[in-house]
Amino acid sequence: MSDKKNSNGWSRRDIMKAAGAFTAAGAMPMFFSRGAWADKTFVNNPGNSKTVKLGFNVPQTGAYADEGADELRAYKLAVKHLNGEGDGGMMQTMKPMHLKGNGILGKKVEYVTGDTQTKSDAARASARRMIEKDGVLMFSGGSSSGVAIAQQSLAQDMGVIFMCGLTHSNDTTGKDKRRYGFRHFFNAKMSGLALGPVLKKEMGTDRRAYHLTADYTWGWTQEESIKETTEGLGWKTVKTVRTPLGAGDFSQYITPVLNSGADVLILNHYGKDMINSLTQAVQFGLRDKIVNGKQFEIIVPLYSRLMAQGAGKNIKGILGTTNWNWALKNEGSKAFVKSFGNEYGFPPSQAAHTCYVQTLLYANACEMAGTFYPPEVIKQLEGFKFDGMGNGPTEYRAADHQCFKDVLVMRGNEHPTSQFDLLEIVQVVPRSQVEYPASIFGGELGPYKV
Amino acid sequence: MTIPSFKKDMFVMLIFSAVILTMPMWLKPLGAGYPDLLQKFAIFGIFAVGYNILFGLTGYLSFGHAAFLGVGSYTAVWSFKLLTMNVLPAILFSVVLSGIVAAIIGFISLRRSGIYFSILTLAFAQMFYNMAYSVLTPVTNGETGLQLARTDPRIIDNMLSEAGAGLPSPGLFGIQMSGYSGFYFCAVLLIIAFFISQRIFHSPFGMKLQAIKSNQTRMKYTGYNTRPYLLTAFVISGMYAGLAGALMATTDPLAGAERMQWTASGEVVLMTILGGVGTLIGPLLGVGIIKYFENIFSALNEQALLAAYSFMPDWLAKMMVTITSPFVGEGWHLTLGALFVIIVVFLPGGIMEGLGKIKNLFRKRPPDPVEKTLVEGQIQEEKA
Amino acid sequence: MDAILLQILNGLDKGGAYALIALGLTLVFGTLGVVNFAHGALFMLGAFCSVTFQKLLTISKQVKDTSITFFDAYKEMPYLEIWFGDYGKTIIDWSVPLSILFAIPVMLLIGLAMERGLIRHFYKRTHAEQILVTFGLAIVLQEIIKLSFGANPIPTPAPEIFSGTAPIGALFGLGESVVYPWWRLIYLGFAFSVIGSVFAFLNLTTFGMVVRAGMMDRETVGLLGINVERRFTIVFGLAAVVTGLAGVMYSPILPPDYHMGMDFLVLSFVVVVVGGMGSLGGAVAAGFLLGILQSFASMNEIKSIIPGIDQIIIYLVAVFIILVRPRGLFGREGVMED
Repeated sequence: MSDKKNSNGWSRRDIMKAAGAFTAAGAMPMFFSRGAWADKTFVNNPGNSKTVKLGFNVPQTGAYADEGADELRAYKLAVKHLNGEGDGGMMQTMKPMHLKGNGILGKKVEYVTGDTQTKSDAARASARRMIEKDGVLMFSGGSSSGVAIAQQSLAQDMGVIFMCGLTHSNDTTGKDKRRYGFRHFFNAKMSGLALGPVLKKEMGTDRRAYHLTADYTWGWTQEESIKETTEGLGWKTVKTVRTPLGAGDFSQYITPVLNSGADVLILNHYGKDMINSLTQAVQFGLRDKIVNGKQFEIIVPLYSRLMAQGAGKNIKGILGTTNWNWALKNEGSKAFVKSFGNEYGFPPSQAAHTCYVQTLLYANACEMAGTFYPPEVIKQLEGFKFDGMGNGPTEYRAADHQCFKDVLVMRGNEHPTSQFDLLEIVQVVPRSQVEYPASIFGGELGPYKV
Repeated sequence: MTIPSFKKDMFVMLIFSAVILTMPMWLKPLGAGYPDLLQKFAIFGIFAVGYNILFGLTGYLSFGHAAFLGVGSYTAVWSFKLLTMNVLPAILFSVVLSGIVAAIIGFISLRRSGIYFSILTLAFAQMFYNMAYSVLTPVTNGETGLQLARTDPRIIDNMLSEAGAGLPSPGLFGIQMSGYSGFYFCAVLLIIAFFISQRIFHSPFGMKLQAIKSNQTRMKYTGYNTRPYLLTAFVISGMYAGLAGALMATTDPLAGAERMQWTASGEVVLMTILGGVGTLIGPLLGVGIIKYFENIFSALNEQALLAAYSFMPDWLAKMMVTITSPFVGEGWHLTLGALFVIIVVFLPGGIMEGLGKIKNLFRKRPPDPVEKTLVEGQIQEEKA
Repeated sequence: MDAILLQILNGLDKGGAYALIALGLTLVFGTLGVVNFAHGALFMLGAFCSVTFQKLLTISKQVKDTSITFFDAYKEMPYLEIWFGDYGKTIIDWSVPLSILFAIPVMLLIGLAMERGLIRHFYKRTHAEQILVTFGLAIVLQEIIKLSFGANPIPTPAPEIFSGTAPIGALFGLGESVVYPWWRLIYLGFAFSVIGSVFAFLNLTTFGMVVRAGMMDRETVGLLGINVERRFTIVFGLAAVVTGLAGVMYSPILPPDYHMGMDFLVLSFVVVVVGGMGSLGGAVAAGFLLGILQSFASMNEIKSIIPGIDQIIIYLVAVFIILVRPRGLFGREGVMED
């Protein structure tokens, strides 16, 4: 069986470890210095196999199931393109590119799927199945930052690379960053930085903001980032109120806004919470109010198409940010939208885009490294500069595994022509404006070899 | 009702241990023989066996046991963070602390019975969950879940040796808690847990609990104060849940708040009823089915289905994929829901009743009284 | 002061929804003795009646969308608009109120089918078994909805003329800033009228009298030669309709998604227990009480004293009531009390 993981799930490394463990059992609590067997054997090494497996772990049940379904479509498309089927999508536009359309390193790509249920436990169980049973070399997926962070730390423990799907919390590449986790999606800090200049232009520097924030870590990091930006513009923060996750009816949090003297409402909510709070805020007539002689405004810092669809016409005229939008006219976006649209009959969402790009990036890094050995692949991804993937020139920053690229500031379209045209691009904020030093969030990546 | 002889019980234990310890072998053809799922089987097995001591014996339907599981997990992770990566202190602290929490909640909740008891436990669990998710974030790390960090104090470990470069992982004097060794560790604890539960079922204490179930008023009239018995059962089952929680954190060192949501409590209720309330083995069967669905059924996609039907002609395979795909993958909830309905309609005693029926079909002589007690005792009592 | 008035309105509004949902649940429990975990699913199905009706009204012709060039895209033009122009638009705009007419027969059928097909086999079974079977049913129902409508919430806006706010402050001589959405006021009125009709039905008709008698003492009523079973079937249908209508009217406030029933399930049980198991008046009173308490607990002034109180207030009240007054606010003495 040499260094190939046998179907039992026992790799030689495991057996050696266990053997070592038993001999050392007499010693008092000891740690494994896991790098002790630092030859090129690694978890799920495909060896001479003709195929490699990737794991796509997305929410298939629960509130984000539709987003998960769109991510899965993108993954399937990416696998097709990697194997040289279809029109190749962004493989026509990606620069620099080492992919040859014959799988990864000549091995045909297969995939397994799993359901995260948008719960950390379920996501980790599903990911461990992929690693232990199916033998995947990389797993990917998203829709919630808590779940992404949980999977990322599992990736580090198991020594298998995790390419994050949609996750927007600063913590993913901040205090909870990991050597084995990579995020292409943007984050709350970048949303704040991108919104700054647009807010200044549209609403001026004398505003009073009221925050409603989902009461969990992602909400808090976004509130903090947006507050930093708006206060930098000279805005005052009237109040920040925490709302329970899944509150459903937000009326009791919205009515205090009416008399607070605030003239901007910032909704740090995502998914269903955002759909409900925005719908209800508009029903309470906030958008029609004039406060302090100014038109009352609502801001939703993180937008997604599914949220826009759920909120319907309430979204009209409301500002927010996205990572990507299918209406972008650059070559990479056009190639991807064409390929996705022809396959499924509608344009891809930003979640689909980031998942597709992540899969290609991983495959490309393997080609560049010439091996699947994770530490080498990681080194190729770190600091990798590329273009033609829909976001302009992009860089995977080595210090925190965060991609830096342009951010889109969007507005709810007043006159949508189709159900996919709900958001319009206000401004493409260049990468230079959304960059920040990696050191501000702390955290550490951890070792290459585990 | 007769108590089976000790010898017979030991025989059952022997077979049980053999079946549990060989799980990696016989579950492999079913696609479930990999460490993580095996660990989950054992851990939730402990949870359900413990839950059955309360619900199966006394009939008190608690909707809050996930809270004890959560308490156990958080305690274990904190023990890893503050003291040592050795699992023994973690497990000890978890069981003790969840026992204390169970004693407090049980003391209050057991003042009421029936649906009121259920709602009380549900309310406590939901409060735990909501608080853990938001306000208690400094203790629980909220949505992200409590994780280990390289910089944790780990007082005992750091006194004994230098910290390594990477994250340490939980172990028992060098035996790793991930992979198969982790499963065997959980399996041994499951066997011990099962043994204790068997002793409780077949003890005078267990008999008293069953008497409470069948007629509490009568028990009270005969001079028994039932509450201490109930509280003891509640605390024991809470400690089982704490142990399960600790093992979850041990095999996978992360503790998340969702573990305490009422749906998580509901899951153990469903496992127990599905397998057969009040039977010793039933809850374990329930665990097996639900966890199998969650992990294996949910992972079937069209690609996998096509491969499974590859022996059929192409058009038939495609048709079968279209028919079956709503029930697997993202549709696994649908199949599970339908299964609940079917089982409870046709087999009120859960799978154990179904097995009993099959057994009786093949057996000409009247059913063994012991078997009958084990399998149908509860149902008989309900009807009486 | 304005803030408190608004919170009372919020609480009443929320309470209206809670009361409507709990009313059906307690009706079923009081008459049939069934713990129905599929009750939340009925609320969800009601909301999806309004979605379905909206989809029916907007059945569309696919028109090639020429603004998208890089693949074949279509936009949708509802037939109603093509045929009737502005009248068609108005009908679509009014889809939520109109779907009440659609929801009544649909929910009645669903209720009757559920009771005849499944629930009635469980009258004599234990509560645990009732919970398992109805929970299973709830999962099946919501998964079917997910298969047909997806998991994302679907916007079902109220008619355009109700989209603004009512200047109640100006009407009653309070501040200009006291405004409240028209649709929420309508919902409140609707809740009151439905609750009123149910009470009138049960108190003023012979049918209702028999049902109430059956709730008190089922066996005696049966001995009197009255077919209680059949009436109870109808009661279940009625409960389904009431709950469904609560869902229909709530859909503009909370865009429906397949999981919304589960979100309301625990809450509705708490309301029923606080009100007193099987007590209709109790369910209504407890619904409003909990709604108002929840609104007040969410006020910043209170949250700053006890952080997170808004998340657990409902459960705290439940624990308190069960311990202090186990039969609930309005429960009859001796019913489910020990």
